Amino acid sequence: MKPEEITHLASLARIALTDTEIAAYGVELAQIVEYVSTVNDIAADEADAAPMVGARYNVLRSDAVTNAPDQFTEAILREMPHTQGRSMAVKKILKAK
Amino acid sequence: MQDYLAVIKTSDPEIHAFLATYESEALAAAEQATAAYAAGTIADQPLLGVPLAIKNNILIKDQLATAASKMLENYTAIYDATIIERLRAAGAIFIGSTNMDEFAMGGSTESSAFGPTKNPHDLARVPGGSSGGSAAAVAAGMAPAAIGTDTGGSVRQPASYCGLVGHKPTYGAVSRYGLMAMGSSLDQAGPLTHTVADARLLHSVMAGVDPMDATTITDDTYPKVATKDTYTFGVPHGFMADGVDPEVLALFEAHVASLVAAGHSVVDIELPLFEQGLAAYYIVMPAEVSSNLARYDGIRYGHSADGKDLLEVYEQSRAQGFGSEVKRRILLGTHVLSSGYYDAYYGKAQIVRRKMRAELAEVFQSVDMIIMPTAPTPAFKLGEQADPLSMYRQDIFTVPVNLAGVPAISFPMGTVDQGGSLLPVGVQYIAPHAGDERLFDAGMKIYDATLTSKRD
Repeated sequence: MKPEEITHLASLARIALTDTEIAAYGVELAQIVEYVSTVNDIAADEADAAPMVGARYNVLRSDAVTNAPDQFTEAILREMPHTQGRSMAVKKILKAK
Repeated sequence: MQDYLAVIKTSDPEIHAFLATYESEALAAAEQATAAYAAGTIADQPLLGVPLAIKNNILIKDQLATAASKMLENYTAIYDATIIERLRAAGAIFIGSTNMDEFAMGGSTESSAFGPTKNPHDLARVPGGSSGGSAAAVAAGMAPAAIGTDTGGSVRQPASYCGLVGHKPTYGAVSRYGLMAMGSSLDQAGPLTHTVADARLLHSVMAGVDPMDATTITDDTYPKVATKDTYTFGVPHGFMADGVDPEVLALFEAHVASLVAAGHSVVDIELPLFEQGLAAYYIVMPAEVSSNLARYDGIRYGHSADGKDLLEVYEQSRAQGFGSEVKRRILLGTHVLSSGYYDAYYGKAQIVRRKMRAELAEVFQSVDMIIMPTAPTPAFKLGEQADPLSMYRQDIFTVPVNLAGVPAISFPMGTVDQGGSLLPVGVQYIAPHAGDERLFDAGMKIYDATLTSKRD
């Protein structure tokens, strides 16, 4: 695969890659993609069939609160890289003009 | 408990099966268990005092759950996985967390961010993977049993390489709540043990409907699968024609002969689509991986890099936190799901998957179980499988089982001598959906019985 294709996939996947990684994945992914393309031979005669993802049925449980107030709050906050009081802190996503 | 902890202290610096041990908690729990035995209050605790090693992608409250990744190096689990809760209630004691391929991606435990685990049968070789630490811990006598997870063979293949019993339950038999998701339509947790009876006991504790996992199955989901005195086994000889080590094949044929001698029937079967399963697997699995691992963004938990804006925080956190195999699979999954390729890859793989299930259902009309070697070779040397595709091919016999969602078990069928090392090799039994009990029944008659006679 071309470096541009790998860079495009990396940007979709939100992973920064080095030039060495881009070169290596270009070769490896091309080989793997060629190999997995054999599914086209098997599925060819059913090309129009809608794919089915396992058995389909709804499983429901009651929409009820199962934990006590603040039961997990502290533990979850502790895992956050950046916090402000009881809130998670993130970078600004809207830029001022 | 003290004996196992002592073996860990002596052997683990070399083998590196554990990422952490829970020594003080385990010793305290063992004392409580001893007291409970003395008091006779053990009625409903079939695992009271049994030490278990747990793969580190299964959440144990207040312990590090790293998935052997830098991304989660400092991540502490906030709750118990359902299986942990059930094992705990049954009296089991968690002795430590075991090493694995990073996020369970690999077949050798070499992709762990914390260094590889070695095979106790030959330290120059891998224990298999991704549940390699769990398998090595049991094989080296550091725990009597361990729990792993199996997405494409990650319990059965290390069981084969380390001379153990390894069970992959019917998809949905065991709750996935509290397991770090890799391929959500494929993942199941299963035991690694010395005997089939032990595996059956652990499975019986872990299995069952869980309101926290909507994919768990009930007793009525699939038709009942009966146990029998003698079974009809199907052998897909055509499937094993290429790429299987001749010594492994010879052991397998001897195993088949022993089944016939014991009064079972063996018939030749064809599984043409099963053989194509590997290609479909390497579409479905990376697709699910790329979606599941999108949650590791450096914002809510896990490794977080600094960056000039939010995008750079994402891209750098993931670049620094993930190892090369994880990135490879995320990129592959992103590719097969991307616009213009989705139908050609993911759509087609789902069709193949459905046709495979139909093919299996037809074969199970005439045979009770399908048998084949668990892996095409015994354990390979560390660093030997450098090319990703050749590593993937090690999974050729195990991944179709996950795609179809049927249960399978691997147990030892003998050893082969390679370069002066006696290496164990496993045989895989595959049953129809919900046929886990049939696998245990056959395994206890065919494998456990040989252990008892050896002891006598």
